[in-house]
Amino acid sequence: MAVPDVKENFSGTINEVTIGATSEEGGTRTSTVTIGGETGYPMLGFEAEYPHPPAFALEISTAGVEGWHDECRKHLADVAGDLGAWAAKCEEWGADMICLCLDAAHPDNEGRSPQQCADDVKRVLEATGLPLLVWGTDVDEVDNNVLPKCTQAAAGENCLFGTAKEDNYRTIAASCLADNHKVLAEAPSDINLSKQLHILLRDVGVDLADMVMHPTTGALGFGMVYIYTTIERGRIAALSGDRLLQQPVLVNIGKEIGRVKEAVSPAQADPQWGSHEVRAPLWESASAISYVESGAELLVLRNPEALRQAKTAIESMWP
Amino acid sequence: MFVIGERINGMFVKVKKAIEARDKSAIQKIARRQLDAGADALDINVGPVRGSALDNMCWMIEAVEEVTDAPICIDTPKFDVMNEALHACSNPTIINSTKAIEEELDRYVPLAVETGSQLVALTIDKTGVPKDVDGRVAMGATIITKAMEHGLDMRDLYVDLVIIPVNVAPKQPAAVLGAIGQLKMFSDPPPNFILGLSNVSQSCKERSLLNSAFVAMCIGAGLNAAIMDALDHELMEIAITAEVLLQKQLYCDDYIAAYMSNK
Repeated sequence: MAVPDVKENFSGTINEVTIGATSEEGGTRTSTVTIGGETGYPMLGFEAEYPHPPAFALEISTAGVEGWHDECRKHLADVAGDLGAWAAKCEEWGADMICLCLDAAHPDNEGRSPQQCADDVKRVLEATGLPLLVWGTDVDEVDNNVLPKCTQAAAGENCLFGTAKEDNYRTIAASCLADNHKVLAEAPSDINLSKQLHILLRDVGVDLADMVMHPTTGALGFGMVYIYTTIERGRIAALSGDRLLQQPVLVNIGKEIGRVKEAVSPAQADPQWGSHEVRAPLWESASAISYVESGAELLVLRNPEALRQAKTAIESMWP
Repeated sequence: MFVIGERINGMFVKVKKAIEARDKSAIQKIARRQLDAGADALDINVGPVRGSALDNMCWMIEAVEEVTDAPICIDTPKFDVMNEALHACSNPTIINSTKAIEEELDRYVPLAVETGSQLVALTIDKTGVPKDVDGRVAMGATIITKAMEHGLDMRDLYVDLVIIPVNVAPKQPAAVLGAIGQLKMFSDPPPNFILGLSNVSQSCKERSLLNSAFVAMCIGAGLNAAIMDALDHELMEIAITAEVLLQKQLYCDDYIAAYMSNK
């Protein structure tokens, strides 16, 4: 008797999204990143196609490493004061992309001006050939002033700009449309809200194929399971043909790990948890690997050692 | 919900005139309007029009294919016309329809398999439309068995539970609902269930209201396709809403627009 064929076929495919533009494409990037394109659930190589491995971005911040934990800071001591050197270092460490966070523009920090932020973007673009993800401050008024300047400064480079949210998406959508960038759409931990946001963005003219979704992120032990299942459920709908959820998924892990006591507490403070040098990157890489298994395609990390661990692990198991 | 637009039918005066005058643009306009309104496929029925049914059918298919790649549901009781029309069609095709009579199924199911078409099979046999649930279930079982025997994928089979107007047969709507409920347990995956929805309200006063209420009830029972009036805006919205309430479509505040943009 023949063995029954249990392979699942889906009507939907995850969108392929390319970030970055080389000189042939009108930009100055030396490499681009393409994510998405999967035709089935994650990691099931026997039944689906996975044309692109997940991409890893390392985070750099205009506010430096203030507030970052020691195990991150130790790698960054020489470069944290210089965005260009920091970005170049990330490239050296094997990042596929740079995630530039405009934290300094946040009113709680120095309140850096839109023009200064745009200069920061330019500086990073000059210092590295990697594609760029630019992350605002999550303060709506600030983002609406800062991001349009930054999209202009990066015109032609096909960056990913975030974040667009349900109550603040028009300015960033218009800026990305004007300067040909991709939009990072953020809706908290709920596929219905993601879907709603994507339809709003589409209604103001952003192509569904030009969005990456961020269902927000929880660190291992601190809400990761919620986001994990949100990504899974979105993937089921996407593969069943719901075009409003076929956007590839980003998770911002490094920042979340920075809030986890088990990952940031030094060994002297919590000796029962063992070596901090081992624990900190492991917490970050384990979170990243888990998210890849849920379907996430673009992962933002902070710790270069976590990047190395996660990349090595994914390479060994990617179908 | 797989919606097959019913409006390209020679029964309608506009269509009849268009066929007789060979006015392609009139047919194409109706095709486009239905697709814009959310139809997934288009039924084509020559109706009681003068001339060769096959010529008329092929001309209508040609007209529709000039404006869309959507599946075409070839609606004719004549096997020869069906066979020729299927081969003339380059869009995906749906055979509409065969009855639950073994000899007929032995012709139509292989035709569907050979031409890569989907197949609508009515729960009608030589005795006519069954009056209750059991009759429909028995005929549904015959259809499913024959489809399996000839190797038609269940996903390509549409079992039509045959609704007749509620004003002449008030027990029929409940019988249809009961039959869907039972038949969906017959195979895994189950076949699709379809209705010629507008028939429930034939010659009734509140046509749109009857169609709308019935489509919601049927979707609740497991209906996943209908040959229906896609141009009835409210009917479409109710069908979409019913699917959202059953989580067959994912909710978002603009779920109607979301559904339409997924077309």
